[in-house]
Amino acid sequence: MTQNLEKLPKGSFERITVDTKQAERISKPSVSFWQDAWHRLKKNKGAIASLILFLLIVIMSFVGPMISPYEPNAQTITHANLPPKIPGLEKLGIFDGVGTLGGKEVNLYEMKKVEVNYWFGTDGLGRDMFSRLWVGTQVSLFIAFVAAAIDMLIGVIYGGISGYFGGRVDDLMQRIVEILTGIPNLVVVILFILIMDPGIIAIIIALTITGWTGMSRVVRGQVLKYKNQEFVLAARTLGASDSRIIWKHLMPNVLGIIIINTMFTIPSAIFFEAFLSFIGLGLQAPDASLGTLINDGYKLLQYQPHILAFPAILLSLIMICFNLIGDGLRDALDPKMKD
Amino acid sequence: MARYIGKRLIYMILTLALIATFTFFLMKILPGSPIASAGKLSPEQRAVVEEAYGLNDPLPVQYFNYMFNLAQGDLGISINQFKGAPVTDLILSRMGPSAQIGFQGMVLGTIIGILLGMIAALRQNTWVDYSSTLIAIIGISIPSFVFASMLQYFFGLKLEWFPVALWKDGFMSSVLPSIALAMFPLATAARFIRTEMIEVLGSDYITLAKAKGASGSEIAFKHAFRNALIPLITVLGPMTVGILTGSLVVEQIFAIPGIGEQFVKSIMVNDFSIIMGTTIFFSVFLIVVILIVDILYGIIDPRIRLSGGKSS
Repeated sequence: MTQNLEKLPKGSFERITVDTKQAERISKPSVSFWQDAWHRLKKNKGAIASLILFLLIVIMSFVGPMISPYEPNAQTITHANLPPKIPGLEKLGIFDGVGTLGGKEVNLYEMKKVEVNYWFGTDGLGRDMFSRLWVGTQVSLFIAFVAAAIDMLIGVIYGGISGYFGGRVDDLMQRIVEILTGIPNLVVVILFILIMDPGIIAIIIALTITGWTGMSRVVRGQVLKYKNQEFVLAARTLGASDSRIIWKHLMPNVLGIIIINTMFTIPSAIFFEAFLSFIGLGLQAPDASLGTLINDGYKLLQYQPHILAFPAILLSLIMICFNLIGDGLRDALDPKMKD
Repeated sequence: MARYIGKRLIYMILTLALIATFTFFLMKILPGSPIASAGKLSPEQRAVVEEAYGLNDPLPVQYFNYMFNLAQGDLGISINQFKGAPVTDLILSRMGPSAQIGFQGMVLGTIIGILLGMIAALRQNTWVDYSSTLIAIIGISIPSFVFASMLQYFFGLKLEWFPVALWKDGFMSSVLPSIALAMFPLATAARFIRTEMIEVLGSDYITLAKAKGASGSEIAFKHAFRNALIPLITVLGPMTVGILTGSLVVEQIFAIPGIGEQFVKSIMVNDFSIIMGTTIFFSVFLIVVILIVDILYGIIDPRIRLSGGKSS
């Protein structure tokens, strides 16, 4: 045995020395909070599928009106109430331009001698539903995003100030919020819409006038939770200013919950816009939003169900996407929080 | 407890006074006169009408009259839609159908929602769980008016199982609207019960019950279900709000002579007093429901520190 060992060339073995300096070396790359959250989100198939579908809808809402040969508000009375017709799909028995007229199934395109195709059909004034649908989606999404952004801004500032400064300021600000949240949202929205000229801005103001209270409560709660923790005390001891503590130390911790909250504000804003349009308080003709399209379609439900079907499906899809993305983000950003 | 209820009552009255004041002044600055739509009147006739309805009094006088009457439950009289009829009576006379579909929708939705949520939690991460979650997501996402028009089209127009609209066939007329309203409580309850059940099922006393040899169904119903059910009371408030919001459009769609339908119609014809009256009626209803829910929760679950009231 000893002989064998001596035969080995020198340098075959190396003595391992335990270096205490290496004991705490991190072998895996460090993962930041956001990378970790993204990693968890990626595992959620529903949320990722919704995200992709939603992006497609957004892209289509801009591309849709461009690829359609018709203007969204152009009326061609002779082409009114045409069912959907997409060339290529005709043989499958769907989108073939066949609709009911006087109880009988007829190809309305041949009957009315229409040479062109309307992919999603036309409404009662002969407007192309395809381009109207996507323009309407743009408007609905715009209202929802702006309303959510304003809610977020006011809510974060109000809740942040109230939570951070505490004391009498907090007391007063919370009493105001308590009274405001007592007023049912529905009532406020309808009353505000009534006094303003109908339109996009009126809807946004009505949605945000008390909408921010939810966000402010959440932010205040979080700020209260973090502001007494050691790292904030340490920062203050080192002489950090209030604004530095707020932006550098508190904000990153509260950000997750702000994002989650916003993700649930957007679908509720989309819903309220559609709801207002449906009861006649929304956008005025000829402007289209998903809500007004559904309202128009509902009136013709018995004879022209396609006018209701497309915006209703799209609205439901957007809502489902947002709820799934919101759920996914909540699980990814805050695994401990349950509702 | 008494102190808490007292504090909440004071807040309630403050909120209601604020809403009433707000509503009053909003209606005063609204574009369009309530009388203009009543036909072409000469200036003299107009002055007579305005005088009769107290529209010429100074604003503070009008305001105090309004608030004084309000405190006695008098919401004023309808100006142009039902000439001279007291708004309180108009609202009360239409409460029946609204209450019926609202109640039916709430009960139906909550019961099915609880069942769905429970099954999902007991069969966590199986296809049963996934399909129940899917139903809940769809229920929360699809607006009630889309769902109501779909029901009306398929079950009313195409299959003719139920009346398409109107309030003529008693219970049969109320089926589709109730289902349409039930979707929101159903989805909310299913999601909520699922989360609660999963949490309860993971707690120590369930492990203890298992160790003692309790059967699966005994654990599910006797131990877990009861504790998962209590917090459901907290979402009763939001559910009621959802039913009320939904009733505005659902009553419109199914042409049900309820409060919501009257409210939407009044908005169209500028009948200020009905809009004001209904707004206040809705607010009182919702605020009282939420107050009752909060107090009930405190009584049932003593762990909830009511006096704190601060969310942190």
